[in-house]
Amino acid sequence: MPQASIAIRREPAVQYLLRLGDTCLILGQRVAEWCGHGPILEEDIALTNMALDLIGQARALLTRAGQADGQGHDEDQLAFLRDERDYFNPTLVELPRGDFAFTMVRNAMAATLLKHVWERLASSSDAELAAIAGKAVKEARYHQQHAADWVARLGDGTAESRRRTQAALATLWRYVPELFAPDAVDEAAQAAGLGPRWADLREAWMADMAQILAAADLAVPQESAFRSTGRQGVHSEHMGYILAEMQHLQRSYPGGAW
Amino acid sequence: MTTTNTSSPDSATATEWPLWEVFVRSKAGLDHKHCGSLHAADSGMAIQLARDVYTRRQEGTSVWVVRSDQIVASDPGEKGMYFDPSEDKIYRHPTFYVLPAAVDHM
Repeated sequence: MPQASIAIRREPAVQYLLRLGDTCLILGQRVAEWCGHGPILEEDIALTNMALDLIGQARALLTRAGQADGQGHDEDQLAFLRDERDYFNPTLVELPRGDFAFTMVRNAMAATLLKHVWERLASSSDAELAAIAGKAVKEARYHQQHAADWVARLGDGTAESRRRTQAALATLWRYVPELFAPDAVDEAAQAAGLGPRWADLREAWMADMAQILAAADLAVPQESAFRSTGRQGVHSEHMGYILAEMQHLQRSYPGGAW
Repeated sequence: MTTTNTSSPDSATATEWPLWEVFVRSKAGLDHKHCGSLHAADSGMAIQLARDVYTRRQEGTSVWVVRSDQIVASDPGEKGMYFDPSEDKIYRHPTFYVLPAAVDHM
């Protein structure tokens, strides 16, 4: 018999932790899709390393979210048994992996965001979260450097690589406003000292991205009027498919482990 | 006779990135040890990829890379002439001295 879904309490602290945890979880899954498909062997290993860094971060965060939720759900249950509307990652990270340029531009954007989140979380009122952040920030810094390096090579490379990088940037930039949209969940986290409002990270993120794009001879795109809503649990059409792939085993073989 | 690499690309390698040799220091105070090689477009990429390929299981605290074509090696054909003569020169080993007790732990 298939495993039924679990429901989480929509407490601000739980949602705040799940936003970050789901960002790592879903991006980790997307990056892991490159395993065996990297453009060169060495880069294949690098991408897989980074995917596993992200999954590791997700494990710690989902465990913490499960404790905050207080219903006894562990990391696996939270990763694999929620319904789509109970995932709170920004839409940016659930978009299909695209070509290598798309993956690298997105990794640069996401790693830059995560780096700033982790840096601020190092002084969280939650000691456990601060400890997770202290470890993760080193990983995020490397992910950012790695992706920024590739964005420069591709953006300032051949006509073909530049065309692909520009196209990726134009598509991905539509999902930027959502990252920094203020709401009650972030307000509550800020008030409790749990973590920063993502809106407050916008300026530092933009400064980093401007530098990364300048090194690639790419212009910072205009801000889009479009507002994605993944952080509210309302996702793109791609989310159902990636969740189906991720959840299939746990749903078919409840409690399965290896 | 030593042969040198010519700069004319042949069809098999013309589209490949150059090869780099990777040296990893496992901890402070120890020397860098050769651990393998990889292809990379330039030195920056070589360092990053070396980190990802050769230090993912905590093998290192420092990485060196050097272009493989920059390494000058002895000729395997001259191995006999170069290395065999030292086989029976036992007197070259510093084992025929009685060390003073003060330097016993040298």
